Amino acid sequence: MKPRPSARERYERVLRIALPIVVLALGLGVWELAVRIEDIPPYKLPAPSLILQTLLADRVLLFQSLLVTLATTIEGFLLAAIGGVGLAVLFNQSRLVEYSLYPYAVILQVTPVVAVAPLLLIYLPQPLAVLACAWIVAFFPVLANTTLGLNSVDRNLADLFSLYGASRGQVLWNLKLPSALPYMLGGLRIAGGLSLIGAVVAEIAAGSAGAGSGLAYRIAESGYRLNIPRMFAALLLLAVAGVVIFYLLALINHLALRRWHESVLQQER
Amino acid sequence: MPAAMASHPSLVALHGVGKTFPSGTAALAGLDLDVRAGEFLSLLGPSGCGKSTALRIIAGLSEPTLGAVAWLAPAQAEGDSRIGFVFQDPTLMPWATVFDNVLLPLKLKGAPGATAAGRVAAALDRVGLQKFSRAYPRELSGGMRMRVSIARALVTEPALLLMDEPFAALDEITRFRLNNDLLRLWQALRTTVVFVTHSVFESVYLSSRIVVMAARPGRVFAELEIDAPYPRDQDFRTSAEYAALCRRASETLAGAMAAGGEE
Repeated sequence: MKPRPSARERYERVLRIALPIVVLALGLGVWELAVRIEDIPPYKLPAPSLILQTLLADRVLLFQSLLVTLATTIEGFLLAAIGGVGLAVLFNQSRLVEYSLYPYAVILQVTPVVAVAPLLLIYLPQPLAVLACAWIVAFFPVLANTTLGLNSVDRNLADLFSLYGASRGQVLWNLKLPSALPYMLGGLRIAGGLSLIGAVVAEIAAGSAGAGSGLAYRIAESGYRLNIPRMFAALLLLAVAGVVIFYLLALINHLALRRWHESVLQQER
Repeated sequence: MPAAMASHPSLVALHGVGKTFPSGTAALAGLDLDVRAGEFLSLLGPSGCGKSTALRIIAGLSEPTLGAVAWLAPAQAEGDSRIGFVFQDPTLMPWATVFDNVLLPLKLKGAPGATAAGRVAAALDRVGLQKFSRAYPRELSGGMRMRVSIARALVTEPALLLMDEPFAALDEITRFRLNNDLLRLWQALRTTVVFVTHSVFESVYLSSRIVVMAARPGRVFAELEIDAPYPRDQDFRTSAEYAALCRRASETLAGAMAAGGEE
């Protein structure tokens, strides 16, 4: 183990943070200049400064919408986590259930959610339909990865458990679930991003709606009204929300696996 | 000691055991094996002679297609802890600490926490790893991981310890040290060991008896009593007696390989 990073490593680390910031600053600068020099009207392309102004001016409206979308995303994500892990465990415990239901899980996954959303909106009240969309897109990676993990148990460890007469429950809880944890967390990291996508797609499909409108609805609405700066502002918030979700899940992954799993420990070599 | 041991009662016996895998491969045919209480028995043979399969059948991890396994000492055949098993890999749970890995057999048996903790501490003490109970397997060297694996197999104080080429993947220095530790534990705990190996030198150094097996199909080819006295140490490893015993075992193994035909 190395006590301190070398000068070269520190240099690399600084570059990894500094370079994207430089690119961002350059991009925004060129954008701002282009809009001002060419005198492009805001309904065609708003300048970054105007987007920021809009973000501040509309902050109450946009923030409420952000909360709506985030709530749907988090609920969809949690349901996907519970449903995906639950189904994977059920499939693992009963082959009959797996054979009966797995094809339908696949069908649910491969059918584009944009196409399913309008149908769901007919049968379900809007908030529930949006939630259902978030769940549909997010649960499959959890299911598939957890299933893979549950089936990737070390054979010798499985023999050891049977040697000591472990019950099915003991095998599941003490062997299969811990073995599956890295896979499960990988699935959840994918599901986090997908549940946001599911929520956004459903909100856009829902189109016109009343008070509880999410960010995606704001984008669609602003589009109809040619309020392009607000579209960009809402889009910015969505992107930030996606990044935060990604890093939160990466952090959970790191904390859960840091003591033992190769994927997290590699850099210590 | 081995001469006296011949009169010891059998702990477990295999009678005419055959094992044919679904693929049609005959791993074992007509295997008769008598494991005597208290002995250190090595199964020595070329790869494919079914020695690991025999071990798995004794452990109950695999069912023989023919023949029977009989536990002949009923007092030891009962109960929750008659067998400990050490695999070629340490086979530790990477997500659990050394302590929790060794605790596993007791936990699966539902042993009460306080007494179990004491037994785990004692088992770790035996293999010299008491300081590492909070470490994770990946933080340990290969030899230390194997010690944890041995501690786990011994924590239930089994009547029979089955070991499937446990030191094959270790470097020679570590292997010699673990050989000595294993002999010390075997004598201290008065357990019975069945040790699978393809190393002539290891089997002679450790065993009170060697069963040489031949392949295709796996069967007993010959038996060698190793009547050198215990405790054995580095002096024994360099003695003329050891060299002579190794030569005899090598010749027997060569005979077994000739009898097993080409691969």
